[in-house]
Amino acid sequence: MKIMVAIKRVVDYAVKIRVKPDKTGVVTQNVKMSMNPFCEIALEEALRIRESGLASEVVAVSMGPAQSVDTLRTGLAMGADRGIHVEANGSLYPLSVAKILKKLVEIEKPGLLILGKQAIDDDCNQTGQMTAGLLNWPQGTFASKVVLDKEKQVVTVDREVDDGIETVSLNLPAVITTDLRLNQPRYATLPNIMKAKSKPIKKYTPEELNVEIKSDLEIVQVTEPPKRKAGVVLSSVDELIDKLKHEARVI
Amino acid sequence: GSTLVVAEHDGGAIRAPSLSALTATTCLPDSGSSVSLLLAGSGPSLHQAASHAASCHPSISQVLVADSDTFKSPLAEPWAKLVHMVQQRGGYSHIIAASSSFGKNVMPRAAALLDVSPVTDVTGISDSHTFVRPIYAGNALCTVRYTGAGPCILTIRATSFPAPQKSVDSKSNEASISQVDLSTFDEDLGKSRYISQTTQEDERPDLGNARIVVSGGRALKNAENFKLIENLAEKLGAAVGATRAAVDAGFVPNELQVGQTGKIVAPELYMAFGVSGAIQHIAGMRDSKVIVAVNNDADAPIFQVADYGLVGDLFEVIPELLEKLPEKK
Repeated sequence: MKIMVAIKRVVDYAVKIRVKPDKTGVVTQNVKMSMNPFCEIALEEALRIRESGLASEVVAVSMGPAQSVDTLRTGLAMGADRGIHVEANGSLYPLSVAKILKKLVEIEKPGLLILGKQAIDDDCNQTGQMTAGLLNWPQGTFASKVVLDKEKQVVTVDREVDDGIETVSLNLPAVITTDLRLNQPRYATLPNIMKAKSKPIKKYTPEELNVEIKSDLEIVQVTEPPKRKAGVVLSSVDELIDKLKHEARVI
Repeated sequence: GSTLVVAEHDGGAIRAPSLSALTATTCLPDSGSSVSLLLAGSGPSLHQAASHAASCHPSISQVLVADSDTFKSPLAEPWAKLVHMVQQRGGYSHIIAASSSFGKNVMPRAAALLDVSPVTDVTGISDSHTFVRPIYAGNALCTVRYTGAGPCILTIRATSFPAPQKSVDSKSNEASISQVDLSTFDEDLGKSRYISQTTQEDERPDLGNARIVVSGGRALKNAENFKLIENLAEKLGAAVGATRAAVDAGFVPNELQVGQTGKIVAPELYMAFGVSGAIQHIAGMRDSKVIVAVNNDADAPIFQVADYGLVGDLFEVIPELLEKLPEKK
């Protein structure tokens, strides 16, 4: 069985982002970019399934400008067998990404498609669900545990939901999106980084895949959130209780 | 315009986040004129929930009930098809659900079936097609306009659209209840199965709706010490929250996590003990009315968002608070 993993290049999670003065977006020039942390978890899970002998190949897919190849190389250095880059400049909203993924799934025929539950830039949390819907595959979103039964062709997924953990069982092929606690992604070692340089990356354009990138969304503006007013530092518990009672009036 | 609210119910009543989705419909200019509420499930609790829905909000004009064992569990596959089917019949201009784990799971899938880009986690409504949503863990706000021809599909952040405290029970305002015809519902059965759900049972108020939240971080050191947080919460009638670090270290279960990828809370009072203030945590509580931070590191970023800060050892501060705070009313 083949596993396909979608990975996204985003502003590194440790970067303090700045909103552009003209309000068209956030500053991404000269800013450190990395693989979206949830995508790292998705890739790690695929690698572990392959290492346990339940899958034969892990294919990493990324979409976006030419630099997405750097993120794919990171994925290959972590252990993916090969990469696919769909070159697209300009905004790619989740619906377009889902349509491209559907085409790639039809070409590659994986038994499992694993994605991060959301990207930490747009925080959309949509692409996995949308791809599953377009493919008419079952979905296990926000996964904190994944158990594959190759014989029965079933995957059991523990999902992090609002009031606890929900367990679902899905027929393969299926889509899984990963939550934070699923695993701890590995670091790429230097020898593997060297090895990754010779792993193949196949290129497509949306046109070649017959996907029309149209958008039904328009960014009007991006602004900074309202700042909280500076607070006060108190010196004692008595003072705190007094403030909460008489100034804030919340207790 | 006309709006479809995809609602969740529990124990014969509409769940609080879905009531917030109803509040959001009232922010849509002239879309509030006709609001239909979709409920699905089976058994007596569904019908109890339907009658609750019919009188719970003055804006509801119709309650649609899909009664089938297929919807007993919140599986995305049949649910998305149901939303798709109801939309095809009703031609709504907007479809709204809460950004709960249910809404996040179902609505994008339904949107894909309708070939529509959904707008998720909406915190503000500017006009009928323009919405505000946080991006980059709330470090920026994005105003986005839906320009497509299909219905406008939203999930809303419940804390941004507070539900009215008391339900209106003006019987004169009761909406009609009708059954969704499921005879043509062709869901491919058996691709997904619901196995179980484990829930932490406790008496404390729900984290998402509590008036006060008492939260602990890694500095609590272990699950035993975390009981201090629980004791303080009990004294204040508060819900308990935690940072990702505290959850990952196993002090408390995951559903208590407050943050970008956990619960988003906006209580009147948020008290953070031993919380450093990582941006992912702040993203989950920055809209709280009053924030108190207690930390022994005076440089902890949590102090930058706190209204009242106390630099000190939480193992001394919490016992003192327990002793000096008044009993909850």
